[in-house]
Amino acid sequence: MLNDTTQNDLVIDIRHLTRVYGTDDATVLALAGLDLQVRRGEFVAIMGPSGSGKSTLLNIMGCLDRPTSGDYILDGITVSSLDRTELAIVRNQKIGFVFQSYNLLPRLSAVKNVMLPLLYNTEVRFSDEERHEKAVAALEAVGLGSRLHHRPNEMSGGQQQRVAIARALINEPAMILADEPTGNLDTKSSVEVMGLLHSLHSSGATIVMVTHEPDIAMQAERVVCVRDGTVVSDGRDGAGHCLDRGGPNDAR
Amino acid sequence: MTLAETFQAAWEGLKLNRVRSFLTTLGVIIGVASVIMMLAVSAGAEAAIAEQINALGANLIIVNPVRGVPGASQTLTYDDALAIKEGVHNIDGVAAEFQVVQDVSTAKARLEGITVLGVTADFPEVREYSTADGRFLTADENDRKAKVAVLGQGIAQDLFGTESPIGQTVTIGASKLVVLGVMEEKGVVADVDYDGRIYIPLQLLYQKFNPSRLAGDRVRTIYVKAADQTAMTSVSNQTKALLVERHDVDPAKPDFVLQTQQDIISTQQATTEAFRNLLAWIAGVSLLVGGIGIMNIMLVSVTERTREIGLRQALGARPQDVLLQFLIEAVTLSLVGGLAGVIIGVGGAALFGRIGEMQTQIVPASIPLAFGAAAAVGIFFGYYPASKAAQLDPIAALRHE
Repeated sequence: MLNDTTQNDLVIDIRHLTRVYGTDDATVLALAGLDLQVRRGEFVAIMGPSGSGKSTLLNIMGCLDRPTSGDYILDGITVSSLDRTELAIVRNQKIGFVFQSYNLLPRLSAVKNVMLPLLYNTEVRFSDEERHEKAVAALEAVGLGSRLHHRPNEMSGGQQQRVAIARALINEPAMILADEPTGNLDTKSSVEVMGLLHSLHSSGATIVMVTHEPDIAMQAERVVCVRDGTVVSDGRDGAGHCLDRGGPNDAR
Repeated sequence: MTLAETFQAAWEGLKLNRVRSFLTTLGVIIGVASVIMMLAVSAGAEAAIAEQINALGANLIIVNPVRGVPGASQTLTYDDALAIKEGVHNIDGVAAEFQVVQDVSTAKARLEGITVLGVTADFPEVREYSTADGRFLTADENDRKAKVAVLGQGIAQDLFGTESPIGQTVTIGASKLVVLGVMEEKGVVADVDYDGRIYIPLQLLYQKFNPSRLAGDRVRTIYVKAADQTAMTSVSNQTKALLVERHDVDPAKPDFVLQTQQDIISTQQATTEAFRNLLAWIAGVSLLVGGIGIMNIMLVSVTERTREIGLRQALGARPQDVLLQFLIEAVTLSLVGGLAGVIIGVGGAALFGRIGEMQTQIVPASIPLAFGAAAAVGIFFGYYPASKAAQLDPIAALRHE
C-alpha cells in the first residue's frame, strides 16, 4: 500500500497504534498512537518504566493481543485485522518467543520442548524424523547438543533459556521477541544468553527485546524508550535516562 | 498436530496423574461393565426361558382352556383332541394330557404323591421325548384302556433300583399296571420334573383315577404338532375354526386359547424387556456419573495447566488445537475406562454364569454399545472443559501462576 521501497525491509511497521483497556467510564489508554518500525536484521531493545505501555506493545507485537486502532504490519502481513486462529498461525510462523521464565513444559525433554512449534506448523508438515533432526540441530546451535534428553528441572536457568531460544528459532521466524530474557538469570548465565542473542543477530536474525535493565538494553544496537504509551526516544542516547522520572527526554 | 500425536500427548498427560486418572475412569469402568453384565444377565434369563419353552418340542401349538371363566376349564375334551387329529391337515400328531396325583408302590417300594399323567400315543412324537428302554403305549392300548404304564427315569430308579422294570407290575392307587418302558432322562424343565412322573393311557386315567365324574373326559392341555414351521399358521387357523365350531362359541370370545412357543416366548420377553430396560437405565446413570467425574477432572486439569495452554497458544496452537487436545484427553480417559469396563464386564458375566445360579449370555452388541456410549460420554463431558481451555486469553494464561 505504501510505495516506499524500504517497506520490504521492515519486519515491524506500527502506525498510530492505540490500545484502550476497560469500557465506557473506566478506560485506560495504554498505547496512545505509537509508531515504530523495525528493519530486518536489527537488534532492538524496548525499555520503559512499569505502566509505560511496553508490555501492551509487546503483547500486540507478539500477536497475543489486538490494537484498539492503528495498523500493525508484521513481515508484510497486516495482523491488526486477523482473528484468533489467523493470529495463532502468524505467531507460529513469524514469531519466536523467549520469555523471562523460560516457559518450558516440565514433563518434556529438551528435544520435545523444542519440537513443540513444529507440531503447530500448519504450513509445512514435517515427519517425526525431520522434526527430531531439526530440534537436535537447533539445540546444537545453542550449544546444548549434550543435553538433548534432559528435562527442564535437570538444567540450569541459562541452559533452560537456551532451550527456549532454540525453540524460538525452530520455525525460522521473522523475528525473535524476547521478554526480559535475562530477568531470572544470574550474571554468568545472563552473559551467556546475551552472547547467544548477539551471535544470532550477527548471523542475520531480527531481535526485539523488552527489558528494564539499562546495561542489557545497551547491548542492543538500538534502544526504544516507551513512556505513557508513546515512543519518547529512539537510539542509544536516550537509553540511560529512559527509566528516570521526569528525565530530559520526557517529552510532552 | 495430527490426531495420533494428540492422542499420544493425551496419554502422556494422563500417565502423569496415574491415580487421579484411574479414579476418574473408575466411574466409566463401572458404568460400562454394568451395562455389559446386566444385559448378559437378562439375555441369559431370556435364553433360559426360551430353552424351556423349546423343550416342549418344536412347531407346537398349545391349546388351553381360558382361565378364570367359570366352567371354561371343563370345556376342552378328549374328543376335541380326536377331532383335531381327524380334521386338521398338515399335522404330525396331537397329544392330550390330563394329570392326577396318586400313591405308587411295588412289592419293595412305596412312593406317595406321584404325578400320573394320562397321555395319548402321540405324546413322545409331539413332545420330542422318547423311551430309553422298552416302548411307549400305543393308540390301541389307549383306546382299550390297557393297564399299562411308562415310567419316568427317576421313578424307575426309585421303584426298581438297578433292576429292569420292564414287564414288572406297579400299583397305582388301587390298580395294578404293567410297565412297558422307561422314558429317557429329561430333568426339570420349566418347573416340571419329567423324570418323576408316570405316563399312562389317558382313557385309563379317566376310567380309574378321575377325581370327579362331572369332569367327564376333560383334558388340561392339547398339544398339536405342525408338520413344519411354514404350516404353523394354517394349522393354528384350522384348529381354531374347528374348536369354535365344536364349542359353538363367538370366535371373538373363544373359551380356549391357542399359543405357539413363540407366543409364550414373546410374553416372557415383554416381562424380561421391562426388567432389562430398568437395568439399562441404572447402567446408563452410572455412565453419566462417570462422565460428570471426567468433566470435573478435566476442569481441574485445565485450571492446573493454564500456563501450559498459554504457552502452546503463544507457540502457535490455534483454538481448535487446544480444544482437540483436551477433548482427546477426556475421550482417552473414557475409552480406557470403556476398554477396562468391557474386559471386566465380559469377565464378570462369564464368572457369574459359571459360579452363580443364573445363566448369563453376553450380548455381542452390548460391547460396541457400551464402548460407544463411553466415547460419547467422553466427548459430551469433555467438550465444556476443552472449549474453556480453547477460549483462554493467551496473555492471561501465560501470566497465570
